[in-house]
Amino acid sequence: MFEIGLSHYLFVAAALFTIGVFGIFVNRKNVIIILMSIELVLLSVNINLVAFSAYLQNLEGQIFAMMVLTVAAAEAAVGLAILVTYFRNRGNIAVEDINQMRG
Amino acid sequence: MNAPLVDLTNSLPLARPELLLAGFALIAVVIGAWFKDRAFGALSFLAVLALIGAGGLAIMFQPGAPVEILQGAMVVDGVGVFAKVLIAFSAAATLLLGADHFKHTKETRFEYPIVVTLAVLGMFVMVSAQDLISLYVGVELQSLSAYVLAAWRRDDARSSEAGLKYFVLSAISSGLLLFGSSFVYGFTGSVRFDAIAAAISEGAGGVGLIFGIVMMLCALGFKMSAAPFHMWTPDVYEGAPTPVTAFFAAAPKVAAVALMARVLYEPFAGLEDQWRQVVAALAAISMIWGSIGALLQTNLKRLMAYSSIANMGFVLMGLASGVENGPTASLLYLSFYLPANIGVFALILAMRRDGQSVETVADLAGLAQKRPWMAAMFTMLLFSIAGIPPFAGFIGKLLVFTAAVDAGLVWLAIVGAIGATIAAAYYLRILASVWFAPPAAPLQTASGMVAVTATAMAVLTFPVLVIVLGMLQDWAEAAVRMSF
Repeated sequence: MFEIGLSHYLFVAAALFTIGVFGIFVNRKNVIIILMSIELVLLSVNINLVAFSAYLQNLEGQIFAMMVLTVAAAEAAVGLAILVTYFRNRGNIAVEDINQMRG
Repeated sequence: MNAPLVDLTNSLPLARPELLLAGFALIAVVIGAWFKDRAFGALSFLAVLALIGAGGLAIMFQPGAPVEILQGAMVVDGVGVFAKVLIAFSAAATLLLGADHFKHTKETRFEYPIVVTLAVLGMFVMVSAQDLISLYVGVELQSLSAYVLAAWRRDDARSSEAGLKYFVLSAISSGLLLFGSSFVYGFTGSVRFDAIAAAISEGAGGVGLIFGIVMMLCALGFKMSAAPFHMWTPDVYEGAPTPVTAFFAAAPKVAAVALMARVLYEPFAGLEDQWRQVVAALAAISMIWGSIGALLQTNLKRLMAYSSIANMGFVLMGLASGVENGPTASLLYLSFYLPANIGVFALILAMRRDGQSVETVADLAGLAQKRPWMAAMFTMLLFSIAGIPPFAGFIGKLLVFTAAVDAGLVWLAIVGAIGATIAAAYYLRILASVWFAPPAAPLQTASGMVAVTATAMAVLTFPVLVIVLGMLQDWAEAAVRMSF
């Protein structure tokens, strides 16, 4: 019978992490998608932490995952607040238009 | 009493600086909610007192040997105390400048001193972190406060854009930091620094561990704005309100450098051969790219952003040079660089014409004829940052170069010398404009607070304070010997 072990979890987490990072850099349309990608990155780390925690029989990783969840919520709140002020000033949230400063 | 309670009772007295800042922030929120923006002046003043108090408490209750508190989540030791004092000093100085500036621009929102205090609290946790969890929580508390500060001017498109860029790029680096931490945890079996060091010395690791360490170093390089992870710095420095930029250029750098030193020399000390190349590469790229990037800039804040990238390169050169002289040289370099940097930002804040802030090099043209004192201070501060003797910045550069050569990193010292030479060109370009260009329209008289801060910082760049210098060096050496 096929057994699911540590490496499978790590592969899933690495795949989600890569999708998240690509979502941030490749996407040229909408800042909301960037926020979603950031969440994906943080959650892929949680899969890693919990998988290692179960594998090592050590609770520290699960406590770490709780902390990551909490901070991710705060981060999303701050990010959305900044996005709202940006939208008020510019009237759109297209990624291509975030270019007032460069050089 | 049970063990956790005993631990808490023993820990709290040693966490006085952090408790003072957290307590102040909570009380200040209530005061602000009651009195609204009328409380801005009083709260700013109290926040400065709280910051100075936190720095003072850190020195006063410095233990003779490292003490772990809160069940090993944090440590009170020499490097932590040294960094806390530098952070508290630079945050208090930039908060004074900010309070003064926002009064002139009539943007007296009471949250400003509170958010600055919370950012400093995050930095205090960063520099005394003793496991991966408190490291992450400290970094995030500092970063979340910094995003809000960057977007402080709600009605200004550039400030919001700076906040948004900072948020997105910094969130990626937090993701990298976490992904790296999870690998370090998985391959060493613990999040605690001492357990990680023990596991490494017993031969734990392999490719997975190295992968995790490199990711963590890249993320920390981002937080201290080392090239090639610097792309956020110029935009954020330009877009954020100038007092906030002054804050970003000072306190968070100390926190990131102290954290980097701790991570390199505590948990990963056994893998020095592996990480040295990464840190040396970050240092070399920062020194060169920071110097070249600044050559084309006309905006002073953008120029100072590139200057800070180059200076972080010199600090990293110190960190790459091994535990003998490296961390000491880096800490001393920072303590000479910070006052000069804060002084330059005080002078940029003083550049006002008809009630509007101006911030390009061209606006400084002929400053020497109208405001000779301001021109003289610009000269001293920029000479110090450029590392020209006899100013303090020269001693800092001397120390990191000596450390690098002693550690056998001669190639890195040569790269640094080339970077410093290129950098001198743009500092001298500003000074040429100040002293020799035909005068532009005159600037307004600087406000008292800005003038006093700039003068005090210019005095600090003088090595006439030889006694202070000797004391500082002894202190930094003792701190590093105690911690690592």
